[in-house]
Amino acid sequence: MRDCADKGVSLRPVGSGTKLRWGRTTPDPDLELATDRLNRVLEHNAGDFTAVMQPGVKLADAQQILADKDQMVALDPPLQDSAATLGGIVATGDSGPLRHRFNAPRDLILGITVALSDGTVARSGGQVIKNVAGYDLGKLFAGSFGTLGLILELTLRLHPLPPGTATATAETDDPDALERTASALAHAHIETNSLDLAWSAGRGRVLARFGGAEPAQQAEAARRVIEDEGLDPVMIEDDAKLWERQRAGQRSDGGLVVRVSGLQGEAARVIRAAEPLGGSVVGRAGLGLYWVKLEHAGVAEAVAGVREMRSHLGPLPCVVLDAPQAARPAMDPWGWEKADDGALRLMRSVKARFDPAGVCNPGIFVGGI
Amino acid sequence: MGFDLVLEELRTICGPEHVFIHPHQLHTFESDGLALYRASPRVAVLPGTAEETSRVVRVCHDAGIPWVARGSGTGLSGGALPHKEGALIVMSRLRTIIEVDLANQRVVVEPGVTNAEVSKAVGPTHFYPPDPSSQIVCSIGGNIAENSGGAHCFKYGFTTNYVTGLEVVLPSGEIVTLGGKELDRPGYDLIGAFIGSEGTLGIATKITLKVMPSPEDVRTLVAYFDGTEPAGKTVSDIVAAGIVPAAIEMMDNMSIRACEDATHAGYPPDAGAALIVELDGSEAECKTRFEDVLEICHRNDANDVRVAADDAERQLIWKARKAAFAAMGRVARDYYVQDSVIPRTKLSEVLGRIDELADEHGLPVANVFHAGDGNLHPLVCYDARNEGEAHRAEELAGAIVTACVDAGGSITGEHGVGVDKKKFMTKMFSEADLGAFQRLRCAFDPEGLANPEKVMPTPRLCGEVPGPYRRHPIEKAGLAERF
Repeated sequence: MRDCADKGVSLRPVGSGTKLRWGRTTPDPDLELATDRLNRVLEHNAGDFTAVMQPGVKLADAQQILADKDQMVALDPPLQDSAATLGGIVATGDSGPLRHRFNAPRDLILGITVALSDGTVARSGGQVIKNVAGYDLGKLFAGSFGTLGLILELTLRLHPLPPGTATATAETDDPDALERTASALAHAHIETNSLDLAWSAGRGRVLARFGGAEPAQQAEAARRVIEDEGLDPVMIEDDAKLWERQRAGQRSDGGLVVRVSGLQGEAARVIRAAEPLGGSVVGRAGLGLYWVKLEHAGVAEAVAGVREMRSHLGPLPCVVLDAPQAARPAMDPWGWEKADDGALRLMRSVKARFDPAGVCNPGIFVGGI
Repeated sequence: MGFDLVLEELRTICGPEHVFIHPHQLHTFESDGLALYRASPRVAVLPGTAEETSRVVRVCHDAGIPWVARGSGTGLSGGALPHKEGALIVMSRLRTIIEVDLANQRVVVEPGVTNAEVSKAVGPTHFYPPDPSSQIVCSIGGNIAENSGGAHCFKYGFTTNYVTGLEVVLPSGEIVTLGGKELDRPGYDLIGAFIGSEGTLGIATKITLKVMPSPEDVRTLVAYFDGTEPAGKTVSDIVAAGIVPAAIEMMDNMSIRACEDATHAGYPPDAGAALIVELDGSEAECKTRFEDVLEICHRNDANDVRVAADDAERQLIWKARKAAFAAMGRVARDYYVQDSVIPRTKLSEVLGRIDELADEHGLPVANVFHAGDGNLHPLVCYDARNEGEAHRAEELAGAIVTACVDAGGSITGEHGVGVDKKKFMTKMFSEADLGAFQRLRCAFDPEGLANPEKVMPTPRLCGEVPGPYRRHPIEKAGLAERF
């Protein structure tokens, strides 16, 4: 990396490349820094519920190793990405339905080792689950799209693999009823591992998933909440397929996926913005995060779709994830319009300090960072 | 700008009644919760709004005056220790709860609002999980600076897991907005970088917090053991069974005696160790898991297990634990609290080592700790009137920190580095690590005026990026040198 900085060679950290097109369209970097060979699980401290992983470890492989001890990394981004590496997931801040209970990658990082473009190798955090010594570079690097440096090592907090799961679900064709029921579940005195909604072709579904020693009994409590909102609950214990579908809603092979950062109380509004465009929606109902998918969008529809959604939902951030390749140059995936924003200036200042040579994945990030 | 001019500007901004310069007025602000360190600032100023805060910081910036922000002053690492050449910016007048948006699980507050006021504003249907022992007094602004945890953070996490938006006054005086009520605003996670930065990156003037629905059921027990070893084994067994208690707290015999003396909560004074276990969540899950916990306690030879029959009894059990630091005053004239963290599996090994070190130094050490996350609070007891004892206590405390770091732990779990633990930073971090921290600090505060001489073991200056070399204001004032 130091060599790149000295020679002004731009570089891009790459894991399995499953999210390589996200972010702004930039010229290909001079060099791809592949993490393929940094693929070892360095430690699994089962008694402490922590693990030290290299960035090239595939999440699916990590989960398999941890499952032997009934543990997991509480991350479940879409399954199509079974190749996805921990480094890539952290660098893009990607997540799935488990985020409802266990939060985002940023929240699971106990320690991080990074390489900066001047060759510095630095560590922040530690190996223990509670630690306030020093600055939290793990959070800074999570979601930074490789623009600050390369992640070399991650120490993650683990969680117990739930012995069983069960899901309470209900369907409706009324977006308001869907939002109301999801909200009632979010505020009920129950403990959901995941709380999602889905909308497609005029019909929607709310899903509350429970894990633990008594998942079915917990789901019974959700049944009552759903009934009180006037919907018909269905209880499903063999629920894996259901949740795979939710995760799949966050990706599209050739079409468009836009992530909307909203609030719980905006589910119906997001659905109504997506519907006229022929879009489907999955959402983390308790978190207010929604993914709108236009599966068969061509270039023109994708560009128009993004514009429409931003005009209907703005100022809520509408971030483009997947998109037809030819449509990308015509859109700013981040939707950041205010060039002189104080937060953006601060971000540029952070970038300048960590990567003064400007060689780490230049241009891909917010505001062209 | 001369200092008189600075004072005049501060008085214009905040009103003369909110600018203190007389020694008797400044006395109150000389230390935070760690009274070991004392310093008087040149001026203490109490802005009433974010706008005033921004103007105050700008005046300091333009005059090259270092400043320290202070909340309620309950911190335990000297993080709010004033700079004797600088200004102390006291945020206690900003104490409005701006908005309670329960439907979206958000609360927007000013930094001077206390931690307990947030839970009160959203209760009883909801609550704000981070619950430091000082929660009745400590401010959210201080919680942001320290990334405060509390007894329930093993399950629920820390302040950083509950902040979605911040309005921050940067050390330049500029006000910036980071995040909002929504999650995942595009860009770097500067909120994550700011929380726990101990007042070195700016001052939070508006904070958006996420609150949680209250659990359906809470069950609490306290189990008594012959010593910390079987109690520690119980903790490991509970966690290994996949149970995530809301709280799991341990006290050794010396702490039990002090707390029982102070609170009469009914702890047997001859117990070798007491273990508080609290489960919360859905009723069905709690019931099953609580039975598992009881079984594990008995399997590890608990002498007695007391299950809280109602909320009053639960409060009583907690009263003893939360009074631990204060109660220690009954058995020791002076004490020194440490905040080290160890991997939970090293508990009995490290406790044994602490006993050895205590014997070597000839001073008693009481232990109360958040056992679930391995956060120890060894209290080194001493009597400052005895020649050399304070020094020996400090040495012993340092040796305990070293033992914890050697076991793979951290120098601080929740109290922060501040001024108290900065000398230990090099035990955990290399020069390169500290250099990376400094990059972040420089991105926010290139002049190094925000809470200088805290966190980092030695003062550092920011190089210009890019551009020619210019002398730093602190350098000009002769307070630090470039190396």
